[in-house]
Amino acid sequence: MDTVETPRRRPAGVGPALAVLEYHLIGYRRVWRGSVLSSFLLPLLTVVGFGLGVGAYVDGGVAGVPYLDYLVPGLIASTALQVAVAESTWPVLGNFEWVRVYAGQAAAPLRVADILGGHLAYVLVRVLISSVVFLAVAAVAGSLHSPWALATLPLMLLLGLAVAAPVFAFAASIPSDNYLALLIRLGVIPMTLFAGVFFPVESLPVVLRGFAYLSPLWHAVDLSRAATLGTAPTWSLPGHLLYLTAWALVGCGLAHARFRRRLVF
Amino acid sequence: MTTAQPLIQARGLVKRFGDFTAVDGIDVEVRPGEAFGFLGPNGAGKSSTMRMIGCVSPPTAGELRILGMDPRRDGPAIRARLGVCPQLDNLDPELTVRENLTTYARYFGIPRRVAAQRAAELLDFVQLTERAGSKVEPLSGGMKRRLTIARALVNSPDLVLLDEPTTGLDPQARHLVWERLFRLKRQGVTLVLTTHYMDEAEQLCDRLVVMDGGRIVAEGSPRELIDRYSTREVVELRFVVDSQQDVAGKLDGIGERVEVLPDRILLYVADGDAAMAQVHGRALAPASVLVRRSGLEDVFLHLTGRTLVD
Repeated sequence: MDTVETPRRRPAGVGPALAVLEYHLIGYRRVWRGSVLSSFLLPLLTVVGFGLGVGAYVDGGVAGVPYLDYLVPGLIASTALQVAVAESTWPVLGNFEWVRVYAGQAAAPLRVADILGGHLAYVLVRVLISSVVFLAVAAVAGSLHSPWALATLPLMLLLGLAVAAPVFAFAASIPSDNYLALLIRLGVIPMTLFAGVFFPVESLPVVLRGFAYLSPLWHAVDLSRAATLGTAPTWSLPGHLLYLTAWALVGCGLAHARFRRRLVF
Repeated sequence: MTTAQPLIQARGLVKRFGDFTAVDGIDVEVRPGEAFGFLGPNGAGKSSTMRMIGCVSPPTAGELRILGMDPRRDGPAIRARLGVCPQLDNLDPELTVRENLTTYARYFGIPRRVAAQRAAELLDFVQLTERAGSKVEPLSGGMKRRLTIARALVNSPDLVLLDEPTTGLDPQARHLVWERLFRLKRQGVTLVLTTHYMDEAEQLCDRLVVMDGGRIVAEGSPRELIDRYSTREVVELRFVVDSQQDVAGKLDGIGERVEVLPDRILLYVADGDAAMAQVHGRALAPASVLVRRSGLEDVFLHLTGRTLVD
């Protein structure tokens, strides 16, 4: 069996995490066509339905721009959120409980950080793909008013990590997927509705406005809107970035601790 | 590394989960090239021991060295030289048979081209070449297990850990797995396996320990254990229904030990035919008689008892 020389030591640096990313991408290769098609359809349908349909009833637009143009940057962010959550909930729990992919990886010379980092990187790739597609649809619809619109891509990666990392931690802490439905109902749906995607948060009652400000989504929506419209954000730029970075960092720390607890015991 | 140095060396190894002690101070030494078995009923501590050896479970106490290294500090470096076949398959059902091997090889830093070549060799070894391009999901249990074994060999490991390698397989699939493991052994690969199948242990293991309640209760080669804990032969006597208890008392003194089971009586003896002559000499007429060689199963049941463990 020894016709092939194999390395005798654990490979160094980010190599192991990249190998984990490569594994996830090879799985994605089997389904990417359908997935890209649906990432086209979703923005297309929402742009048509909400932008043109609902927009026709919004006289004079919102914040001085047509409703569709107001809506598109919010939808880019909420779609990034949806993708990040979808890829961090059932797939993560499944890798612990049903398919047990993580257990197989933990038996290889990978560290917990490689297993977690490689999977998170894959989620970010998915977020990036869907953001690029959405941005292209928005460009065709004529809803982008500034070259700063390109800045939404790194911004969506930051939002993706700010959401995916804590959701990884959550999914690694629960025994069954009942809790995931709870997360969607109590976290994701209210965030999508109240974090400034469809209308300015200023029109919300104070309590809900507070929820919007706490959610990572609002911070990304506000920046995304500033980028595609070429205006200034309603809140401090560094403030937004720091807040999202804090979610990402705390999320990664928690996820690492929860992964470790569930894989090495 | 010299060949004299043991690949696994455990002294007073302990694993506790809260108040529960899964492994209660065991000493184990596995030498290069041998096939070593952990036998025991469910809950004996076999899998916990295997997880510690696989460096995915830090020992609570005691000393453990794998390949001369300390698992607490050198986990990834040790795992780079181990092959692990877990009790529950964790293949990716959505990937192809080949992709399961090549993606796993990448975790060991094996270049893509080498990984592809290695995958082809291993699929040939476990007789899955024809299925290389098909998804894993529809494969039979035996095929999945062979693929898991192939995956454990992808890094040409110094030490292969197999946790209940044939549990749940049908007899044909079990024999094929044994045959492949036997070939590995002949190539000089060191195997460590857990099992509760006695025939598996007798087929594969040069040396084994019997575990019960987290402790090692016996250690030796299959032959040594049979010699030490059982007799050369066992006579199985069946009597007509309900007469067994009356008969049992009349068998005293025949052989080394008499064991009364609900459906039969076992006589542990050196010479089965001589024992039968004595039984007939006492005017007892069993409905059926079976004289057989003593096996590891007799040792196992003697050491760990017949009480069901769930």
